[in-house]
Amino acid sequence: MAFLFSYLDMVLFAALPYLVLFTFLLVSIQRYRLQTFSFSSLSSQLLENRRHFWALVPFHYGILVVFAGHLMAFLIPRSILFWNSHPLRLYVLEVTGLAFGILTLVGLLGMVARRLGNSKLRVVTSRADAVLYVLLLLQVVSGVAVAVFQPWGSSWFATSLAPYLWSLFRFQPDLTYITGLPILIKLHILNAFIVVGLFPFTRLVHILVVPNPYLWRKPQVVRWYGPAPRDIA
Amino acid sequence: MNVRSQISMVFHLDKCIGCHTCSIACKNIWTDRRGTEYMWWNNVETKPGTGYPAKWEDQEKFKGGWEKQNGKIRLKSTGKGRIVTNIFHNPHMPSMDDYYEPWTYDYQHLFNAPEGPDQPTAKPISMVTGDYIDIESGPNWDDDLGGSPVYGKNDPNLEGLTEEQKLQLFSIEQLVFFYFPRICNHCMNPACVASCPSGALYKRGEDGIVLVDQKRCRAWRSCIAACPYKKVFFNWFTGKSEKCILCYPRLETGQAPACFHSCVGRIRYLGVVLYDADRLEAVANLPKEQLIDGQRDLILDPTDEHVLEGARKNGIPDSVVKAAQESPVYQFVKVWKLALPPHIEFRTLPMLFYVPPMAPVMANRKNGALNSVSDNLFHDIDDARVPMRFLANLFGAGQEGKVAYALRKQKAVRWYRRAVTVGDVDLETAERMLREADCTIKEAMAIYELTSLCTFEQRFVIPPMYREKALEALRDPHEVKQSAGFGFLSGPRRGM
Repeated sequence: MAFLFSYLDMVLFAALPYLVLFTFLLVSIQRYRLQTFSFSSLSSQLLENRRHFWALVPFHYGILVVFAGHLMAFLIPRSILFWNSHPLRLYVLEVTGLAFGILTLVGLLGMVARRLGNSKLRVVTSRADAVLYVLLLLQVVSGVAVAVFQPWGSSWFATSLAPYLWSLFRFQPDLTYITGLPILIKLHILNAFIVVGLFPFTRLVHILVVPNPYLWRKPQVVRWYGPAPRDIA
Repeated sequence: MNVRSQISMVFHLDKCIGCHTCSIACKNIWTDRRGTEYMWWNNVETKPGTGYPAKWEDQEKFKGGWEKQNGKIRLKSTGKGRIVTNIFHNPHMPSMDDYYEPWTYDYQHLFNAPEGPDQPTAKPISMVTGDYIDIESGPNWDDDLGGSPVYGKNDPNLEGLTEEQKLQLFSIEQLVFFYFPRICNHCMNPACVASCPSGALYKRGEDGIVLVDQKRCRAWRSCIAACPYKKVFFNWFTGKSEKCILCYPRLETGQAPACFHSCVGRIRYLGVVLYDADRLEAVANLPKEQLIDGQRDLILDPTDEHVLEGARKNGIPDSVVKAAQESPVYQFVKVWKLALPPHIEFRTLPMLFYVPPMAPVMANRKNGALNSVSDNLFHDIDDARVPMRFLANLFGAGQEGKVAYALRKQKAVRWYRRAVTVGDVDLETAERMLREADCTIKEAMAIYELTSLCTFEQRFVIPPMYREKALEALRDPHEVKQSAGFGFLSGPRRGM
């Protein structure tokens, strides 16, 4: 039995990550090259404008902060541990994470309710959207549950998950860090891999094309089909 | 001087009969697809009225266009800093309810209905959901309802009218309306382009047509809110913005855009103007009262030696310069000053100009009798049923003088032609009117000809656009052999 579990761990935590990462990169790049038109946030604000605010805004702010937290714990685990060495600072980090996790959940529930409660929005909800909503709900609910039932995540992420993730990127997956983790955390990790794998097939691709050049380009855009004359303006 | 060429337009409102042929021509060609049913790239509004989308001119509500702040202009709706907070939810974006929910009818029911005591009816069906709906509004819902308390009264251009003037506009015997056809203005300083986070919107360098790059558009929705004329639309099906393309595939093959071509009243003129792109920013920043003159000043004389030299230096082909010299738009806007930009106070410097309409005269003077004898030859313009203030709000950035000038000149030309052809008014008075309206006889004849006798070729002076040459210079045409038009390998659809 134990052998079987370790075999399962191998498949899910040592093989699957590479599969999903490979899918993510390959499909994203190919989709961008061949189906550029399909890169869109597919906003539904035109069809429903009121609930849109109360759902989309909390969700996006929540998920951005939560994602930034995960990223920091992955990139600078030592600094996080140093920060957490003082209990008060640990509390601050934990409470912030939980608060933004709940904000994400509230926003996500709002998004699902908005979709279900409006006949116009059902028209623009594809099967991929439905799958995505289920996966995201699972991810956010399990994430909030982890924060509640497995506290001090900012510290144990840094000591066990960060080394595991780094081992993946070094192409020497080291499962010793995670085999003993509670099933809830494993579920959260597993679901994250699935989201990454399905990412390029869904509307999530809009994250890849967030408009950064806007912040430094000139206000007016002119395109010339022939050679452009001197451009002073 | 940085000379650029731009396809520009004039709509002569005095000739518009409000038939919506332009709207239908456009709809049939461009917006009969899924997701675009509610879009009218060309629509005809009744003024006074709320228009489409309802109250689009009210920028307190929609926050379109530019505003002056600290001596510079900035977008009212969004900007570099504000995009970060507004990208998840655009606070100023209209919803479909501001336009209307598109519908068709259940025609099949007329054939399939079971036998019964009543005639079957074709119930309206939403073109979004396919469900039966109650129609609440449509794109020209207030058609001809100039004096209505629901639509006419809520026209944002009524601002500044006296109570007496408002009463006149809405009393049953004196109500008045005129038509206001609208397409994208292909502005010199487009707010939609400036607002796009993805840089998907752009102005074509050669002809100034403003387009949305469908492959770059990511549905951040900034343009919808930023355009003060509400002429960028969101395709809810493909998740992309779309707008009037001035029928560029037709223009490039020498044909007039569909709405222009089909215009029954022949109100539409199209031609090239040359303008100085270097001074553009400064002009958009002028005080409100100077905007109209500033924009006119930006438009360059295509016969001036310096301008010609500048055009040559910027690689503008001689044929385009020649088209600019024959441009009816240049005459209407710059030479005769008859055509005025709509709401130039939005500071996008629209390149579609309107000749303001003549209106019926007030008949309630002198105890209900029309007083047509007056020393003031232009009394009927001052006493017109459409108050000058209203027209000034719409076309003059609030300045009545600009509108009055255009109307007086129109009247003088009419009077002069009446004296010449009918002869029931005295020629001397007509010539005096021309003088008072700042118009020579030669100019009057030119206005008359381009207004009344104009041929297709005079109304639409379309230069060769050399797109084939431009494309061939960059790409071997054989490369795109067998691809499905415009570089798409498959038809546009939603998501992957």
